[in-house]
Amino acid sequence: MRVDGRHLALLAASAAALLWAVPFAWMAVASLRPGVPPDIASLTPAGPFSLGNFALAWTSGDFPLWYLNTIVMCGGILAVQLATVSMAGYAFARLSFPGLDLIFSAFLLQLLLIPPLLIVPNLATLVSLHLYDSLLGVMAPYFASAFGVFLMRQTFRAIPRDFEEAAMLDGASIPVLIRHVLLPLARPGLVAFSIVSVTAHWNEFLWPLMALSSPSHQVLTVGLASFASGAEAGSAWGVVAAGTFLVAAPLLILFLVFQRRFVSSFIFSGIK
Amino acid sequence: MSIGERALGASTRPLPVTRGRPRRRWLPVLALLAPSLVFLALFTYGPVVRVIGQSLIIGRFAGDGTIGFGNYHRLFADPHFARAALNNLVYAAGTIVPSLVLALALALALRETNRFTALLRTFVVMPLLIPLVAAAALFSFILLPGEGLLDFYLHKLGIGMVNWLGDPDYALGAVIAITVWKNTGYYMLFFLAGLAGVPQDLVDAATIDGAGTWRRLRSIVLPLLGPTFGFVVPIALLNALTQVDHVVTMTQGGPSDATSLLLYYIYQQAAQNNDTGLAAAATVISVAALLTLTLTSFRLIERGVHYES
Repeated sequence: MRVDGRHLALLAASAAALLWAVPFAWMAVASLRPGVPPDIASLTPAGPFSLGNFALAWTSGDFPLWYLNTIVMCGGILAVQLATVSMAGYAFARLSFPGLDLIFSAFLLQLLLIPPLLIVPNLATLVSLHLYDSLLGVMAPYFASAFGVFLMRQTFRAIPRDFEEAAMLDGASIPVLIRHVLLPLARPGLVAFSIVSVTAHWNEFLWPLMALSSPSHQVLTVGLASFASGAEAGSAWGVVAAGTFLVAAPLLILFLVFQRRFVSSFIFSGIK
Repeated sequence: MSIGERALGASTRPLPVTRGRPRRRWLPVLALLAPSLVFLALFTYGPVVRVIGQSLIIGRFAGDGTIGFGNYHRLFADPHFARAALNNLVYAAGTIVPSLVLALALALALRETNRFTALLRTFVVMPLLIPLVAAAALFSFILLPGEGLLDFYLHKLGIGMVNWLGDPDYALGAVIAITVWKNTGYYMLFFLAGLAGVPQDLVDAATIDGAGTWRRLRSIVLPLLGPTFGFVVPIALLNALTQVDHVVTMTQGGPSDATSLLLYYIYQQAAQNNDTGLAAAATVISVAALLTLTLTSFRLIERGVHYES
């Protein structure tokens, strides 16, 4: 009886998962079909296949530039975030003084008040800081991360205090403690945060759309949107699929290669 | 202390370092929080004050601005805003409930790791890794009337053609479906993480005591997932307000406002109509609604967790 229920659940989950994969399957198949075949929707076409759509997409969009801008943006955001969230996460996990809970709640507000929501005032701020239409301007609102602070607080709290107490008896300062004792033990949390951060900013659209205007500063998502609307107008769905693949591929490939690590980094049960 | 923290074995003993004189205790805390606080002041707290100011300035051009509630009067008189707010409520309910239920069900079904479940998890998580505008590009084709993928296969089953994005009755549903497809895997990962924190011996003990699957889920697993719900629900609420990229690229709020959402309305007023005052007023209302809803849900869930413990 119990086994039956479990098999049924697995069967239903399999059906759902297969349905979930259909858009990807179509993207892969359609991107390889040259021209404008009448059965472009088919998931099991007879062929012919070629890489022509990728060449077309690559030459009609500014992909090398978009990749570079996106990588600079994601890398810059993450580098600053790792420093700020480790420091603040430690303070909230380990130090105690009156009002700290209140400050933590104030931090959590940023979880809600994210840049796309505050487009109107943030654009005014960027203009007055002379950061409008620059990648630094797109990055700056993300340098502090409430989500990261929350995650690091939880991660640090899960680490037994014995390690720190031993180091403290040896006279270690707080920066040394964070860098050499806690961060090595907090790797699952750091990896999980990095994956979430890079994924979020690689995929972000509305804020860069608003904060950037020059074509030379565009990132992948904004580039894809204008590129796809042009190709869709010409019913070049194979080219749309290829362009979408080019934008989505880096993270998808990283995920498929490091899949276990990716999933298990979210499941940070590992206090070993 | 919540169950989650207790399960993780965290202790709340204060550190020796905090036992110094009160003046010295502030120093390390301030130094550690300062970098974050500077950016929060510039891009989180500052903008909230600023947008309230912007919403109270009447007149489109700086200089001739007088202070008043004129923007709010215009906002509440605008049927497009009312429609966007109503749509957003439907969008929130229509995306959050199905994606959380699906995510929890999938996490429960796929919680044991083997090659097969890992593959299925991969499929469900993949949409999380692509931009919403990429999803929009794919679904633009899937939902295309006639030659699109959905119609192509529905036609084989003998079901007629539907203009999913062009029909005001279906367009919001189509946008909701895309969002559910995109988010379910994300929430599933958090539930998997939460489930990994449920002690197996507790579940085994309940099984030996004769508790069935449903009973174990309700009395042990769900209460222990309290902390997970505690941050998944606010994230889901936030997504319901901020995930509008596909509306921007696919439907532009149409047909006839059927898919206009609050943030899309704000974007329209700010970017297309250059009406900063109206956009600012809409931002203030949206942020106030989001804060109220999220803090309420947070409180309810927190209280639930404490009662259960």
